[in-house]
Amino acid sequence: MNQDKLRIATRKGLFTAGRQADGWRLDPPAFLGDNVSAVMRHPVSGALYAALDHGHFGVKLQRSRDDGATWEEIPVPAYPSPAEDAEPWVDIMGRTIPDSLQLIWCLEPGHPDQGERLWAGTVPGGLFRSDDGGDSWQLVESLWNDPSRKKWFGGGMDYPGIHSILVHPDRPGDITIAISCGGIWHSADDGATWESIGQGLEAPYTPPEHAFDPVIQDVHRLARCLGEPDRMWLQHHAGIYRSDDAGRNWRRIQPVSPGDFGFPVVVDPSNANRAWFVPEIKDEHRIPPDGQVAVNRTDDGGASFTTYREGLPGPLAYDLVFRHALDRGRDHGAIAMGSTTGGLWLSEDDGASWQTLSAHLPPVYAVRFDSTH
Amino acid sequence: MATVHFTANLRRHVQCPSTEAPGATVAEVLDNVFAQFPFLRGYVVDEHGALRKHMVIFVNGIAVADRRGLGDPVPESGSEIFVMQALSGG
Repeated sequence: MNQDKLRIATRKGLFTAGRQADGWRLDPPAFLGDNVSAVMRHPVSGALYAALDHGHFGVKLQRSRDDGATWEEIPVPAYPSPAEDAEPWVDIMGRTIPDSLQLIWCLEPGHPDQGERLWAGTVPGGLFRSDDGGDSWQLVESLWNDPSRKKWFGGGMDYPGIHSILVHPDRPGDITIAISCGGIWHSADDGATWESIGQGLEAPYTPPEHAFDPVIQDVHRLARCLGEPDRMWLQHHAGIYRSDDAGRNWRRIQPVSPGDFGFPVVVDPSNANRAWFVPEIKDEHRIPPDGQVAVNRTDDGGASFTTYREGLPGPLAYDLVFRHALDRGRDHGAIAMGSTTGGLWLSEDDGASWQTLSAHLPPVYAVRFDSTH
Repeated sequence: MATVHFTANLRRHVQCPSTEAPGATVAEVLDNVFAQFPFLRGYVVDEHGALRKHMVIFVNGIAVADRRGLGDPVPESGSEIFVMQALSGG
């Protein structure tokens, strides 16, 4: 049985593509008509998880232990009731941030030594942990109760959210997360305590005295090289950054042609100098430069970038690739990319050329290869 | 004893047949229904027990006033409770 599978979370269902003898084939969806915000196959248990956003009916989680043949609803993370005398959390835009689950934005497995451990990053900014495969969830209260959380605010969404959760490959309790907009946070003790990190990140759209505050940075996506875990790459609202000390200090990479705005970033697990980005025109446009969908790759740590367009649509293409909609399979190195316009592309030559798996999917929120480790 | 009805839109996602349940308030009646169908609770109310933003509950044709605590009284016999949602989206 072939194990190479790609999961595609879309506005109207969860699709799966599998590698067949004659190439990748897209199968009919699960949860047809429903909004799937995140998907993950747990590398230890093999269970599939799909986060659904039913709108009026709230956020739900589904789990399959038979590769998607059947699904069961499981509990969702729940926020604690605020104290009676608690002041409402009003962000700098004047918006009252709710104390209730709005979205499951990302799901990540714990370290392989931690069994069925799961992490969930949510909107409005709660990090949740499950040690029983999703049967129960605990809010990481040390982060939620940090006073500087009150400085977080929503970026593209009304409320702040955790979109990136990186577990150190060699140290199970070493976790780094990224928040839009709340910067980067690190825990060395499995979530018991947290430290805001990220010196050098700049939010040039804020007043000068706030621009370098690590706690307000709009990180779009954070990625780490598994083979060289101190090397991280970051797509920020204002540019592309690189860190050589596990996210403590950052250096902006410039120049980047045809642009350094975008959402996703993926790093080669065995080559810290190689990373992929999807250039878009900043930031009020959010469309590909020249109407041509492209992928940018650096092979030299950011000193230069090569722009690849073969097999991708344009000109007159206006696909936007969201932060979770670019992924590289750990087991085989194929790269997948999905767009808001329903395009789904796959590359088996490190992003140099792309084949179209579909041009007609619902808007794609996330693509994710199954991984066995 | 009240009879609680749910919409077809909700039945698509979670088990929720029309159900008879006792209770002096909407919250009490619903708690008794949710005891039979545990996952149903999260579709109607949030984690703090407040009615979800785009949901509405009618007791004998009158929309509930207490959306946070669902403390509206339920007449003792023959009450009909309808749980429904706004029809919107895309």
